[in-house]
Amino acid sequence: MKHAWIAGLLLAASSGLAMAQPAASDMLAEYRKMLADGNPSELYEAEGEELWQKPAGPKKASLEKCDLGLGPGVVKGASAQLPRYFEDTKRVQDLESRLMTCMETLQGIPQAEVVNGTFGKGVRKDLEAIVAYIVTQSKGMKISVPASHTKEKEMVALGEKIFYLQGGPMDFSCASCHAVDNKRIRMQDLPNLTKQKGAAEGWGSWPAYRVSSGTFWTMQRRLNDCYRQQRMPYPIYGSDATIALSIFMANKADGGEVQTPGLKR
Amino acid sequence: MKSIFKQRVMTGLFISAGLVGMAAQAQTIDPAVQEVMKKSFREQGIAKLDRIEQDEFQRLCSDEAFYASKEGQQKAIALQEKALKEIKPPSDGKYLGDWKAGEAIAQSGRGFTWTDSLKTVNGGGCYNCHQITKEEISFGTIGPSLLGYGKMRGNSQPIIEYTWNRINNSKAYNACSNMPRMAHFNLLTEQQMKDVMALLLDPASPVNQ
Repeated sequence: MKHAWIAGLLLAASSGLAMAQPAASDMLAEYRKMLADGNPSELYEAEGEELWQKPAGPKKASLEKCDLGLGPGVVKGASAQLPRYFEDTKRVQDLESRLMTCMETLQGIPQAEVVNGTFGKGVRKDLEAIVAYIVTQSKGMKISVPASHTKEKEMVALGEKIFYLQGGPMDFSCASCHAVDNKRIRMQDLPNLTKQKGAAEGWGSWPAYRVSSGTFWTMQRRLNDCYRQQRMPYPIYGSDATIALSIFMANKADGGEVQTPGLKR
Repeated sequence: MKSIFKQRVMTGLFISAGLVGMAAQAQTIDPAVQEVMKKSFREQGIAKLDRIEQDEFQRLCSDEAFYASKEGQQKAIALQEKALKEIKPPSDGKYLGDWKAGEAIAQSGRGFTWTDSLKTVNGGGCYNCHQITKEEISFGTIGPSLLGYGKMRGNSQPIIEYTWNRINNSKAYNACSNMPRMAHFNLLTEQQMKDVMALLLDPASPVNQ
């Protein structure tokens, strides 16, 4: 309930063109204070835990044998060490693409069903709730993505190139907004993702609950909306470019603290 | 818009292909990156796949190491000179429109995303990166503050022309400027650019109070 009126307050604060300066900044400070109180992503987390344990799909199996990199069924600390290389798929995978693999192999749910779906709907919505559950199990742990495997190193290098790749009618790349310290878009602070500190802040606090949209956003959704705002075409869910960018950020953030699920504007 | 964009990209590809053949220190393009980009994106609404095809500015500015090299700097200067020549003055010779309309354009960050349509009235998104008026405290800091822009510089013809050029194509002065090329990709109409000009230069504009 509370987040609905926090969103209203935020809207009032951010759209206050005619608003006097002190009132607007007071409201923003008040809003930030309220954010610290509680995180509605707990609802997604509870649903995700249930979905993780419940038999589903054509094979009527649960995800409890899913190997997220620390062995079958190990959830504690799993997201802190992702993305990573997986021997069985011969791919570097982030949490979401790995969950798609598990849903397909264990439950018989085709990956295409998730890839071609929509955020917040159908199987992808289930996957998002499971993400909320998994990432909460790493809260407070250290980000550990040293990228020591050759395939991981290759993906980090690829991700770095894609980070700087300009395109579209506004010539934007990720670096247009995220390669310098202490910048903002409007009132929104921008982490410098090319340095450990900024990468740990950015990578370490997503996935997150977004107050303005009233939804839980996974990292794939975060990247998707970044590309929308870059005026680029649509990044395919779980595609290599998104995973490369993710491991580039995670590797930069190595040693930082996992603060997921985050709580955002 | 799509066809214009495509045409420019194609021209860019043709020219740079020629340069790669001649210059010893030309920029190297990693085909693996292009391949991954092609496989990782699909079109959605007005955002077609030609948007990941880079023109010469985009290619240069995606490669910090090459840009910093002697060859990269030479390339930047050549591209800047070419871009400056391509900027058209206002068709009726009048540079300043209506600052009130300009303020609305500066406020709006709409346009060109896959959730926009061809009918969307595009904004300049100026406040995303610039401080402009005292009244608007929700401004970004990626670009320099423009508060008092006209008051500080005056309204001389060189200032007017420089400002016009900068809005039309910021990269004519700085190849890797972060600012979108407003006229080059038709992000704003000629009238919209005039209105933004007035916001910056009209003595009556809140920018100059």
